[in-house]
Amino acid sequence: MEAKEIYGKLERKFAGKVSGFQGDVMDPNLRVDPQAVVEVCRYLRDEPDLKFEILSDLTGLDLPKENKIQVVYHIYSYSHRHQIVLKVDLPRENPQLSTMEGVWKVANWLEREAFDLFGIVFEGHTDLRRILLPEDWVGHPLRKDYVEQEEYDGISTQRAPLVEKLLR
Amino acid sequence: MQPLLNSLPETVFTTKVDDLLNWGRASSQWYMLFGLACCAIELMQTGGPRADVDRFGCVPRATPRQSDLMIVAGTLTYKMAKRTKLLYDQMPDPKYVISMGSCANCGGLFQLAYSVCKGVDKIIPVDVYVPGCPPRPEALTEGLMRIQEKMMRERWLVRQPAAAEAPVGA
Repeated sequence: MEAKEIYGKLERKFAGKVSGFQGDVMDPNLRVDPQAVVEVCRYLRDEPDLKFEILSDLTGLDLPKENKIQVVYHIYSYSHRHQIVLKVDLPRENPQLSTMEGVWKVANWLEREAFDLFGIVFEGHTDLRRILLPEDWVGHPLRKDYVEQEEYDGISTQRAPLVEKLLR
Repeated sequence: MQPLLNSLPETVFTTKVDDLLNWGRASSQWYMLFGLACCAIELMQTGGPRADVDRFGCVPRATPRQSDLMIVAGTLTYKMAKRTKLLYDQMPDPKYVISMGSCANCGGLFQLAYSVCKGVDKIIPVDVYVPGCPPRPEALTEGLMRIQEKMMRERWLVRQPAAAEAPVGA
């Protein structure tokens, strides 16, 4: 099914909760309302015409100029070989979203990664811990306003420029 | 038939105890199997049949408790830095460290990344730095031979001031 038809189907089913379809790009994408995202995804998975069995990737996006954080879902259907990208906008101060674990189990680790690097809190997640960085890390490093700590666990994160002597 | 002469020079040789100890250590550098990134591939090559560091008695050991030498091969992240320190502490003295490749020397290509430790010398003392990205097996072999030279200069029978063992950097 073409991305446009998928969007049309969603628009009829969830009027007002999906918007902003972009079809002429490499990955056709659409915006989903944060409140309705689980509902929309469950429909996308279970509807026989759509059958999106797999969440290929879940990523975050920090947009300080627009003061929002985006969560991006790449989903794919093995049965119908079609794909689509869903984007959810969240406020930058307090990014919270319902977990997608109940729809695609793979979301568990992907959401932990998004939490680790962007600080997006997924409500209802069974095990929301850092997955890549150490447990005692301060901050979420893929945020644009992330400030590197002076030292981590007694190890200095600073290094004098190697060409300092040459510059003088 | 020859008269019985003193055959001592042919059966016995004399040397310094230090030299004998050092010769033994330098000819059996057991390095720890410890690869962090792509340098580990070159480390495997160095142990393989072409460079064949076995001929200096340099064999990999799978545990720090039996190793004399740690070759830090690859990008050291802060998460791994703590573990590396622990592994180093588990090695018995005398122990030596080779920092292999740009990443272990100074963070290399990834030194601006938030998660990468800016050189292994920030956490443990390093004896030999091998440059390269990654260094060829020949370069690492050269590094091992520098360690051998360093081992041959050690003096065990004379008590030395203990201050030399303090970690550098920090």
